[in-house]
Amino acid sequence: MTMAEGDLAVAEIKFVRGATIDAQPPPAAMRGAVGWLWENLLSTKFNIILTILIALLAFWIIPDLVKFLLIDAVWTGVDRDACREIVVHHPVGACWPFVFERWPYFVYGSYPISERWRVDVFFVMLAIGVVWLLWLHAPRRDVGMAYFFVVLPISSFILLTGWKAIGLMPVDTSLWGGILVTIVVASVGIIFSLPIGIMLGLGRRSHMPAVRLFSVIFIEFVRGVPLVTVLFMASVMLPLFVPEQYSPDKLLRALVGIALFASAYMAEVVRAGLQAIPKGQFEGAMAVGLGYSQMMRLIVLPQALKITIPNIVNTYIGLFKDTTLVFIVGIFDFLQTVEVSRIDPKWATPVTSTTGYAVAAMFYLVFCYAMSRYARATEARLAKAERR
Amino acid sequence: MSIDLPAGSSPARVAFYNDPKIRSITYQVALCAIIGFFVYEAARNAITNLERAHIASGFGFWENTAGFDIGQTLIQYSSQSSTYGRAFWVGLLNTLLVAGLGIIVATILGFVIGISRLSKNWLVSKAATGYVETIRNIPLLLQLLFWYNAVLKALPEMRDSFRIPGGILINNRGLFTPQPIFGPGFHWVTIAFFLGIVGSVVFYFWARKRQEKTGRQAPGFLVTLGLVIGVPVVVLLLAGFPLSFDFPQGGRFNISGGVEILPEFAALLFGLSIYTASFIAEVVRAGILSVSRGQTEAAFSLGLRPRPTLRLIVVPQAMRVIIPPLTSQYLNLLKNSSLAVAIGYPDLVQVFTGTVLNQTGQAVEVVAITMAVYLSISLTTSLLMNLYNSRIALVER
Repeated sequence: MTMAEGDLAVAEIKFVRGATIDAQPPPAAMRGAVGWLWENLLSTKFNIILTILIALLAFWIIPDLVKFLLIDAVWTGVDRDACREIVVHHPVGACWPFVFERWPYFVYGSYPISERWRVDVFFVMLAIGVVWLLWLHAPRRDVGMAYFFVVLPISSFILLTGWKAIGLMPVDTSLWGGILVTIVVASVGIIFSLPIGIMLGLGRRSHMPAVRLFSVIFIEFVRGVPLVTVLFMASVMLPLFVPEQYSPDKLLRALVGIALFASAYMAEVVRAGLQAIPKGQFEGAMAVGLGYSQMMRLIVLPQALKITIPNIVNTYIGLFKDTTLVFIVGIFDFLQTVEVSRIDPKWATPVTSTTGYAVAAMFYLVFCYAMSRYARATEARLAKAERR
Repeated sequence: MSIDLPAGSSPARVAFYNDPKIRSITYQVALCAIIGFFVYEAARNAITNLERAHIASGFGFWENTAGFDIGQTLIQYSSQSSTYGRAFWVGLLNTLLVAGLGIIVATILGFVIGISRLSKNWLVSKAATGYVETIRNIPLLLQLLFWYNAVLKALPEMRDSFRIPGGILINNRGLFTPQPIFGPGFHWVTIAFFLGIVGSVVFYFWARKRQEKTGRQAPGFLVTLGLVIGVPVVVLLLAGFPLSFDFPQGGRFNISGGVEILPEFAALLFGLSIYTASFIAEVVRAGILSVSRGQTEAAFSLGLRPRPTLRLIVVPQAMRVIIPPLTSQYLNLLKNSSLAVAIGYPDLVQVFTGTVLNQTGQAVEVVAITMAVYLSISLTTSLLMNLYNSRIALVER
């Protein structure tokens, strides 16, 4: 049947409606809050059971959590007696005065009290650098780059370790601790792992067999062993490999271990980015007469790094969590200061451990969650640019 | 890449330092020289430092008597007569035990949560998201310390143990379960069990062939269940039930009988499974999302119902995406099990790199052996993974 015949056939049938009718609103049970409930929570028998189970779980966990952290929590006190059920005769939740009193230790470790302003200055400088780099509309982001990767490491090193000539008292790294060490280890890992990782990633795709072999061996070796053993190696084997008088201090050993470990993971991230760049980009760059370093610097790496930003940030999140492992080398990072404080007889109560761990968990959660949000936002932004 | 030049013309002359071949050789020689220099210096320093500290070198310590106790031993071990080599195997087996069990639990939990995140049920998907976002962003070490110190060590003392029906006792010294004692004739049950597995494999191939020929499906799940579980149970009853249990007897300070599961083991297993499950959940979610919606719609339009669609269309395609990152999560779990050292579970790192290293002082050998173990497991797995990948990779035109 052709089109015209069809139209004719329809026109002749009287009981066929000529015009479409207006759309009706959905039935009341499928609209608004009720409809939402129906569709999202109660659509099938299985769904109803799931909803009830999860709701029960929530009613079991959330009130207890709120009760522990806020309602039953102790807010004032000078020692463990304030947080002991036997002494205060009512159920006791989190022991916050313990955290309040220990907070300076959590932040600075045993850094001399008179010198702690230097740590504060370091935190502020780092915050400026981070905001400068991450805020897209910040002025002169190229200067920010130089500041973050050159000025900041050098000035922080001088500031934190001290320099007699400009009147800063030297502070031994064995006194460092707490959030300071966590941030220092994470920052050193972040700052060093990216360039080393890029070099290794390029090396793995190089045409020179010796370079490729070395890169592959390094990357596969480091990725194949646990960080704990890398830190063990840095802590017990590194001092053997250098002349006795140059034996590195404990913090430096951990930094070397962490930086090398993170570099290997970063190399794989960079390699994945390089593989995503179409061959035409390489060929185009070579066709216009660019050399290897120009090609990489101007054409390939900017594109490759852009698309790997989310993965780079994810590596950083892993690195930030891995800083907790420096306890292997005997360094007092944030988690370790909590660990030491919670068994302090002055505050030893049944709730002290849980309180300490809750604070540590919130600290890591906030930092890592912020980083993962940033990675996701970048991903969304790049996807938008891609769609045009 | 060669360029055809007209006959008789000579290639353009370039300065020797611009010749790519010479450059590449120079770079590589320089790199090898630098690395060689560092390795040589490190070895020289190591030898002098070891000599000064009077530390023996070589693997002679392997046969020496260990002289320390290990909390959990899967094979015969005693502090008086066993060697460091034996201690190594004990540690390695403990690592493999916790990693193996952790992988099973993490996979189940991870798949459930990953699928839940895609659920249409708002409450379920939000709960799964909350789980993933929280657990992923808290360091594993912190979670292990929490499970061990704040949960398991806070359990009641020995005399006020929790009693779970079935003869299980829980207290701050661990979990005590009844120990099965196999009487004479139990080996028939074991044989029946393995025959059941063989039988169900044979049945699977037969059923598949029949389905390809006639289109008729066989009740595979029921038959497998019957062969693997049902037949051994029947044999067990026929043999006169040669199985009894030794129940743990709770005393004031000690428990006799039963199987003891260390709190360190339980904490490590909980921590590793829960942490890794959050990563596996993301892998599973990404895998399922990678199967385009058109596949499901096409299956529906062919008349397949939701369950066969999932089983025959979505899951096989999703697995292709899921398996490589899933394997790397398994390897991560294995490597993360070395955090046992923080809570004192006697795994390879704790026993070998901890106690043995402290006793012998032979850092280079001990660390090298430990790394070699992890490295060989990782490399073998990635090798198998690459083989698998090349087998299932999409063959495009």
